[in-house]
Amino acid sequence: MALLLAMDSSSTNTGEPIIEFRGVSYVAGNRGGRPILDGVSLAIHRGETVVLLGKSGAGKTSLMKLINRLQVPTSGEVVVQGSATTAWDVIQLRRGIGYVIQDVGLFPHFDVAHNVTLVPNLENWPKEGEEKRYKEVMQLVGLDPAEYARRLPNQLSGGQRQRVGVARALAADPPILLMDEPFGALDPVTRADLQREFGELAKRLSKTIVLVTHDLREALLLGSRIVLMDDGRVVADAPAREFSSLTHPLVRKYIASQQSPVGHA
Amino acid sequence: MSFWKFFNTHHAEIFAATREHLTLVFIAMLIAVAIGLPLGMYIVGRPRLQSIALGLANIFQTIPSLALFGFLIPIPFIGGIGARTAVVALVLYALLPILRNTCVGLSAIDPVILEAAAAMGMTERQILFRVRVPLARSVLIAGIRTSTVITIGVATIAAAIGAGGLGVFIFRGVAMVSNAVILAGAVPAALLALAADYLLGLLERRLRVG
Repeated sequence: MALLLAMDSSSTNTGEPIIEFRGVSYVAGNRGGRPILDGVSLAIHRGETVVLLGKSGAGKTSLMKLINRLQVPTSGEVVVQGSATTAWDVIQLRRGIGYVIQDVGLFPHFDVAHNVTLVPNLENWPKEGEEKRYKEVMQLVGLDPAEYARRLPNQLSGGQRQRVGVARALAADPPILLMDEPFGALDPVTRADLQREFGELAKRLSKTIVLVTHDLREALLLGSRIVLMDDGRVVADAPAREFSSLTHPLVRKYIASQQSPVGHA
Repeated sequence: MSFWKFFNTHHAEIFAATREHLTLVFIAMLIAVAIGLPLGMYIVGRPRLQSIALGLANIFQTIPSLALFGFLIPIPFIGGIGARTAVVALVLYALLPILRNTCVGLSAIDPVILEAAAAMGMTERQILFRVRVPLARSVLIAGIRTSTVITIGVATIAAAIGAGGLGVFIFRGVAMVSNAVILAGAVPAALLALAADYLLGLLERRLRVG
């Protein structure tokens, strides 16, 4: 519960960015190869849904993983809620950031209820609070709490698993949500359903969301702001509704590929 | 003299030896599991320690069992004639499969799941006990199963250093050139091994995840 209180008090402070990249470079390993991220500076404010768009290898997933310190910048710093990620207690940092990935990563040995309430459980919420929250988040993602509580992940469809993944990320009511190609592994119909539902959910939740995708349509549908990345750098950064009119050649390429029936990938 | 005739006249003795045998195996396995599982958990993710520990366990495995029993006799404290020395030798044999399976099982977890666990703010310790161990449990049991079957066999040699067990009949039978007497030790030992293999196999399948 301490987590919730901390968030309430901090959400009144809207001036400061909630996430800020300050001249961040990231080189994988210690072999000094080509940097995956090269001097990225970016400020993300409370309540924004920022889509990191780009092809694979552009550095968007790495940029996202710097936020919850799954990766640490080689130079520069990432400031989350006022402190550099390296200054945070990494466990506390991560428990305040929901995380949804393409392969979901549900724990196969935990049932749905156990998966969803994992972070509240780690935070030692009282049992009743945990159960109440479980019901809330399951309803948010459109799954019947009682029906699914005892099911194991391998007894769910891909779409249901992804919904449970979102419910899990929301369980401890973190102010920040990170999503890495969250709908990428779904069939087109399920994906469209989930994208639409999630778009509506995101509007109601007023969380800060950072979403990684290579799909322009998804970016335009869900983002309040789109950051286009290429080769470890930010090449375009605009509100979603202005993005399509940008003149940057790579943006034009994305728009063009979106309009042609083939080659959109 | 036939096996059945010998069995009928000596069944009390055979049962006593079987009980002795089981006790040796049980104590040795208890110790081997108590050492092997935590040690495996400790060395996994520490490549240097892991290769040292597995290397040592491998070496013990390659020493012929009769020789190992012999080597241990003169060692003070753990050595001497009797069950204690036998248990030490059995533990050394039992260790490798447990250690190896613990390392393999704990490190073969889907990286996506480990990343999700870390991203949710689980500590290393929570990841070990709430994710790695439960997901690897059938592999851990498989190691204990292999190890138990080996130990039941090797324990027959414990008789050579006066630790008793079913090996008593085997050594006696060899000395008497009597198949019936050898079988009186070998058949119950084989049955024990098959039973242990079957039961632990059931457990292994039951604990498999997904």
